[in-house]
Amino acid sequence: MNLNAVWTIYIFEMRRFFRTMTQSIVSPVLSTSLYFVVFGTAIGSRIQEVEGTSYGAFIVPGLIMLTVMTQATSNASFGIYFPKFIGTIYELLSAPISFLEVVAGYVGAAATKAMFIGLIILITSFFFVDISIAHPIAMMAFLTLTCISFALMGFIIGIWAGNFEQLQLIPLLVITPLVFLGGSFYSISMLPPIWQSITLFNPVVYLISGFRWSFFGTADVSIGLSLFAIALFTGGCLAFIWWIFKTGWRIRQ
Amino acid sequence: MPAIVSVQNLRKAYAGGFEALKSVNLEIEDGEILALLGPNGAGKTTLISTICGIAVPTSGSITVGGHDTQADFRAARKLIGLVPQEINLEPFETVFNTVSFSRGLFGKPRDDAKVEAILKQLSLHDKKDSKIMMLSGGMKRRVLIAKALAHEPKVLFLDEPTAGVDVELRKDMWDVVADLKSSGVTIILTTHYIEEAEAIADRIGVISKGEILLVQDKASLMAQMGRKQLQIELTQAVDDIPGSLKTYALERAEDGLSLTYSYDTTGERTGITTLLNDLQKAGLHMKDLQTRQSSLEDIFVDLVKETA
Repeated sequence: MNLNAVWTIYIFEMRRFFRTMTQSIVSPVLSTSLYFVVFGTAIGSRIQEVEGTSYGAFIVPGLIMLTVMTQATSNASFGIYFPKFIGTIYELLSAPISFLEVVAGYVGAAATKAMFIGLIILITSFFFVDISIAHPIAMMAFLTLTCISFALMGFIIGIWAGNFEQLQLIPLLVITPLVFLGGSFYSISMLPPIWQSITLFNPVVYLISGFRWSFFGTADVSIGLSLFAIALFTGGCLAFIWWIFKTGWRIRQ
Repeated sequence: MPAIVSVQNLRKAYAGGFEALKSVNLEIEDGEILALLGPNGAGKTTLISTICGIAVPTSGSITVGGHDTQADFRAARKLIGLVPQEINLEPFETVFNTVSFSRGLFGKPRDDAKVEAILKQLSLHDKKDSKIMMLSGGMKRRVLIAKALAHEPKVLFLDEPTAGVDVELRKDMWDVVADLKSSGVTIILTTHYIEEAEAIADRIGVISKGEILLVQDKASLMAQMGRKQLQIELTQAVDDIPGSLKTYALERAEDGLSLTYSYDTTGERTGITTLLNDLQKAGLHMKDLQTRQSSLEDIFVDLVKETA
């Protein structure tokens, strides 16, 4: 195990994040505040309470999940796509490191960045709504697992993408709709029965539901099912990455 | 001298079926400078990429320092530094950070003093905090070399180090290579500038169409294959070469004013004295004589032409 290399990649990627510190912190804080103004104040004044929680507080876990999933995916996909684009990937391929160490470095950094932003949003939300966390350890565990699994998926997208357009394609066409329709801003019990059943095919529902449970103790689906879903998703991504590693798909000739 | 890099029956075919390397065998000796010479598309970069791990061999085996590059890739790659042909660098990073990154990637613990020493060696020290995108093309090439040296490799591959580089910088680069050799690094460079191979290499390998045509000591290659030509300029044009001179296989210039005689410098007798005597006997008057040694370029062109 070449731990020096994993650490080197991790630090190098984190440095990129801190170089654009203002942008990294200001933009999530600003967009979160906007969500609170629009959803919390404008819409929240009509909805009042969802499952015993004020609407403003109810959307906090969904809001964090929305940002964390998109950030983890885009950070990881950009992190590995950029060396491919500028050609510095030659160094990763000729270094005495295994592909799994490369993954650990890039995915670790992308997940850390996403987690960092997720926690900033949580802190920001304390200024807008009254919120308490019922299961803090479970909350951190869900957050970490979500960051890692979406960073893994982002890494796969970065390896697959042949240009910048493809890099944006999956986050834009798949992830954003799934997250918005996955109950970020509503409880699925508010939907008509037929849509409640259809929604259960959306994997993001389980992640948001589980995360929300760690805040309020109530969930759309059972917590066991949520854990199973996130384990399945992480496992799927890992299996795909293992296959890339074995075949050298899109990276090694 | 023991071989530090050993390539056995290496074959590399790409997914499209193109066979870039056909059964290549190559032994690179510890401490030497080997120049791989070949036209564009000969397989030079593929050979280097396959040794360094960027491409996977289709069949055959490669060892570096006795370590198989597939089975024991970590030990093998630790010994190798690679300077790619293209200038591939992260534009927004500083020189120091990008060189330090390479060191870490190859598993070495962070060592700022070592990185600074390498930057000094390559006259990059005053640029260490500059962003890569602020550097000139020549400086960027030096950064690539610094990155390749950051983990103190035993073998350095330079893929076309002076492609598109001006004359002054090329000479500069040759000095860097000579310095590295004296510090004990084995250097393999690819080039299609014959002048470059002639100037700095100890041995020369010629590669064409995925095959190594020869690998030989530079001096002996030139001596063995070096032919000399004697050009005889005449005072009066001749329409035909006299019968008494037929054995010399002279070539007559179109205007008939000069004759060219080719001979082997390594032969016991060059035949020059008898030729000159016979010329006089045949009644031809000489105005001037010139000799010309064939260069590595002529040898190279001949070799590649033979296989075409």
